[in-house]
Amino acid sequence: MSQSMNQNEAIKQALSNHSRPKQASALSTCMTFSGRMLLKIKYVPEQLFDVTAFPVIYLLMFTYLFGGAIAGSTSAYLQFVLPGILVMTVVMITMYTGIELNNDIKKGVFDRFRTLPIWSPSVLIGALIVDVVRYSLASTIMLILGYALGFRADGGLLGILLGLATLLFFAFSISWIWTSLSLVMRSEKSLMAASMAILFPITFVSNVFVAPETMPSWLESFVNVNPISLLVDTVRGFMDGTPDYTALIWVVVVSVLLIAIFSPLTMYLYKKK
Amino acid sequence: MKEKNEDTWAIETTDLVKHFGDNRAVDGVNLKVKKGSIYGVLGPNGAGKTTAIRMLTTLLKPDAGTANVLGFDVIKDANQVKQRISLTGQFASLDEDLSGLENMVMIGRLLGFSRKEAKQRGMELLMAFGLQDAAKRQVKNYSGGMRRRLDIAASIIVSPEILFLDEPTTGLDPRSRNQVWDIIRLLVDAGTTVLLTTQYLDEADQLADRIAVIDHGEVIAEGTSSELKASVGSGKLHVRVLNPDMRDRAAEILKESIEADVHLASDPLVITAQVSDHSRVARALTALESAEITMTDFSLGQPSLDEVFLTLTGKPAEAENEVEEVEETA
Repeated sequence: MSQSMNQNEAIKQALSNHSRPKQASALSTCMTFSGRMLLKIKYVPEQLFDVTAFPVIYLLMFTYLFGGAIAGSTSAYLQFVLPGILVMTVVMITMYTGIELNNDIKKGVFDRFRTLPIWSPSVLIGALIVDVVRYSLASTIMLILGYALGFRADGGLLGILLGLATLLFFAFSISWIWTSLSLVMRSEKSLMAASMAILFPITFVSNVFVAPETMPSWLESFVNVNPISLLVDTVRGFMDGTPDYTALIWVVVVSVLLIAIFSPLTMYLYKKK
Repeated sequence: MKEKNEDTWAIETTDLVKHFGDNRAVDGVNLKVKKGSIYGVLGPNGAGKTTAIRMLTTLLKPDAGTANVLGFDVIKDANQVKQRISLTGQFASLDEDLSGLENMVMIGRLLGFSRKEAKQRGMELLMAFGLQDAAKRQVKNYSGGMRRRLDIAASIIVSPEILFLDEPTTGLDPRSRNQVWDIIRLLVDAGTTVLLTTQYLDEADQLADRIAVIDHGEVIAEGTSSELKASVGSGKLHVRVLNPDMRDRAAEILKESIEADVHLASDPLVITAQVSDHSRVARALTALESAEITMTDFSLGQPSLDEVFLTLTGKPAEAENEVEEVEETA
């Protein structure tokens, strides 16, 4: 009895505190939402499986499966294919951004987020920032494994970092496609199917595995304008110490376009939902 | 006149409409909620309660009509509205993957507190709501009552001027329900206006200063709980006789003494009747006893939501079938 009296006193006490802080800045709310995603990883570390296991599986599988046939030796092929597989892996992993959001947004907590006086895109941007961290983790794991297998970047550390920076920027940009899709698609399955329908052709029909000159000319011309090929050219150029600035400019143009189209679309769909 | 309204009314809606395809979820709702009061929106599942709350809390855009919350339009001044309200949704508005404290800190941070302040305020509220021992546990492992309390705690990190509670006690055990009721009363004592939706007449009766009954997206009655009850009558009389042979006779006596229609339930021992006047119930009991009819149950139930609906609309509430079955097998 007296305990419940105390309880009531404590509640009254807590309610009498009318302090109202200044509205949180956009940067601060983005960081809070990033923190939320990091806490989720803390509780379920298995969700890092995609960014840790995929790089290892993909690199080993493709190097030893195709190396001998395509480049005559696995070590020569590794030197060629690593930047490409790096791009493919990271771009494939971006798909999980949409799947995570599609699951997350069904939860009641989004009602609360939407009734808070905050800059509303920060929910999504905060999550994407953590995704970029995840992509960096995948890239680091692959590069370490690559070095262990004998890959050497002639462009040095700077080349690697510039290549990674381009890749992560593109990955961030393409993630907005998945966030848009995830707000339209009703189930995780259909979202997965739609994402794969886009990702599979653009990553495989590219210069990731083979030089485009070996393809029929109609395919070659498609491969040469595929943004993934341009991204691979950029990353390969930086890592080999022979930067391809034309490809870089195109990658930046495509990335900026993706953000310009899909981030407002995502926000529109998010507010409407 | 207009300005005076803005001073008095915490919530004011005019012909609020929201349709989803053919479903007229909210179909011309007019509400006026006084500042500092508890307002109950009563209705069965699918009546449009949640849709109405979602419009008032800026989550949904109305198709037509206007809604003012504390004098601010929910569409044009959405941000002003958001700064003054909190919503506790029907399904916990919490991140189930995080712990109680992590939820409180996250929401505190989003509201503009520093990490330290958010933690302090979070712990203060968790302790006030008796959740300090569960502070570090993931919310998915909380009981229904704990979840509700945490949800309300999260809604008052910054004391809102209006708190919206969407079915705050649905699915709770009686003890947790009483705790939530106590908290709601304390909130109102502290000056918060509360709008709550409920399926239970009992709950609206216990808490709300005024009640709007809604069905099929329309307000079908509005008033204080005593006004509503007066329109419903005193409730349902439930009589169970010992021997089925006695039932017909009992029904006859009952009909005479309470001067109302009686209903022979599918259970061959049970008679029910709608009662409008308590004094007649006593008379009925005396009459049955003097006729030496042995009864195993003679009870007068509170008017149920079904009865409110039956009286107000002349037809049972949508969810009535299930309720009726439960009653009869009970």
